[in-house]
Amino acid sequence: MPVQDAHGLKVWQRRTSRESLFHWVLWLVGIAIFAYCWQQISAATTWFFVWDAPRIAGDIWTRATPPRWEYIAQLGRPIWDTLNIATLGTLLALIMAVPVAFLAASNTTPSRYLIRPIALLIIVSTRSINSLIWALLLIAIIGPGVFAGVIAIAIRSIGFCAKLLYEAIEEIDDTQVEAITATGASRWQVMAYGIVPQILPAFAGIAVFRWDINIRESTVLGLVGAGGIGLQLSSSLNVLAWPQVSLILLVILLAVVISEWVSAKVRGAII
Amino acid sequence: MSDTTFDVNARIGQPWKKPHFIQRRWLRWTLLAGFIAYLIASYMTIEVNWSRVYEGLERGKNFVLAFTSPDFTSRSSDIYEGMVESIVMTVASSVVGIAISIPIALGAARNVAPLPVYLICRGIIAVSRALQEIIVAILLVAIFGFGPLAGFLTLSFATIGFLSKLLAEDIESMDKVQAEAIKASGARWAQWINYGVQPQVMPRLIGLSIYRLDINFRESAILGLVGAGGIGATLNTAFDRYEYDTAAAILLIIIVIVMALEYMSGVIRARVQ
Repeated sequence: MPVQDAHGLKVWQRRTSRESLFHWVLWLVGIAIFAYCWQQISAATTWFFVWDAPRIAGDIWTRATPPRWEYIAQLGRPIWDTLNIATLGTLLALIMAVPVAFLAASNTTPSRYLIRPIALLIIVSTRSINSLIWALLLIAIIGPGVFAGVIAIAIRSIGFCAKLLYEAIEEIDDTQVEAITATGASRWQVMAYGIVPQILPAFAGIAVFRWDINIRESTVLGLVGAGGIGLQLSSSLNVLAWPQVSLILLVILLAVVISEWVSAKVRGAII
Repeated sequence: MSDTTFDVNARIGQPWKKPHFIQRRWLRWTLLAGFIAYLIASYMTIEVNWSRVYEGLERGKNFVLAFTSPDFTSRSSDIYEGMVESIVMTVASSVVGIAISIPIALGAARNVAPLPVYLICRGIIAVSRALQEIIVAILLVAIFGFGPLAGFLTLSFATIGFLSKLLAEDIESMDKVQAEAIKASGARWAQWINYGVQPQVMPRLIGLSIYRLDINFRESAILGLVGAGGIGATLNTAFDRYEYDTAAAILLIIIVIVMALEYMSGVIRARVQ
């Protein structure tokens, strides 16, 4: 036990002197890294704008209030597009994610050394690139519009859905699978009656969870031209129509809150 | 299953059928019909310009091919500067965000904080979670001007909502007995937190912090699209100029860094737990 001798009294300490030295060095290194980072940021900042920030924020606030309520008539179609991007994107993603998940789960994959790493690579690479970047790329390839948004959301969601799904597949109860196998079922019958019923609740939960995330993501896809309400946001920002911007932000906030509520309700009903 | 009583003789010789996921027949069919109707309606409103898509396939092929020959050199200084800026923003915002979210997490845990503090902290968390990173970035760029400072503030703000919420849940589900033992020894509030609460939530805090570092890096890659600094600006220009080999190089670097972070977080989490 780490004990220090202070004036003949033994005092308990949390760490030995070597451990505490190590901790201090670690802290020192951490602080040095942070200081360097801060210096870099501060060098790239125009501080005049920062000191001016409260005035500008107040200025934007006065311009943005009250929101231009009559503009809501023009937001119906963009909201519908946003909903479609999220729903169709999630649906496409799930269709693609299911085979990837089965190939990635160590208990269902055909080959642990060849196919599993490929599936895991697909999962990591689709997950690490943001949907806005996918959208940028797809717009360059297939042109701007809702379609590019749907595909961007779909590709981005594969990794997330497949990762959660393959973890659910790896956690299934083997005894049920064995029981089905013992009846002489074929490989596909084992899949349909032994594995699928066990992962179906997880699958439904993942689908709704990702749909909720995709509603959030599809609200901003329009900023790069991929359709949805973000398109209205960026065009209003470009002409500095702050009352419209504030209304759009309110609508987005409302959409996010509603989708979160729906997803919580549905997941509560399934699980 | 609902039909617990059935005639065995009538069932003999009939193949077994899998029970449906939704038991009520009318509900099943209404949901299915509604969903199909929605799919048709949404499919009708999406205009796909197939000739444009067909033209684009060539560019798509070029992009995929670009991954086999990524160009790290011709824009190397832009890539390097953007990457350093992204990493700098990630590190600084994670540190500041985590430092701010610890007191907020303590305030948002009902077993540590009194009701008024709890409500305020939960409010902060709700606001931070509801606003999306890119929207916050747009507003902060408008207020603070272009550059990494806006990105740094955006990511710090987003970190607060994420980390405080999960940490507060962990504090709420901690083992009360250990904390009580510390309290019984006559500890002050700060000592109680330091010796009773902190050791219990520390592994979770470290795990969440590394996870958030990972998320912040990924987000920092897109903040450049709205002028908030980082690699996103370089990536955007590469796409605009159809320089797919440079874009492929940037995407590969992002994927490698994310994979490295994921591996590192796995190692560290295994060590602390």
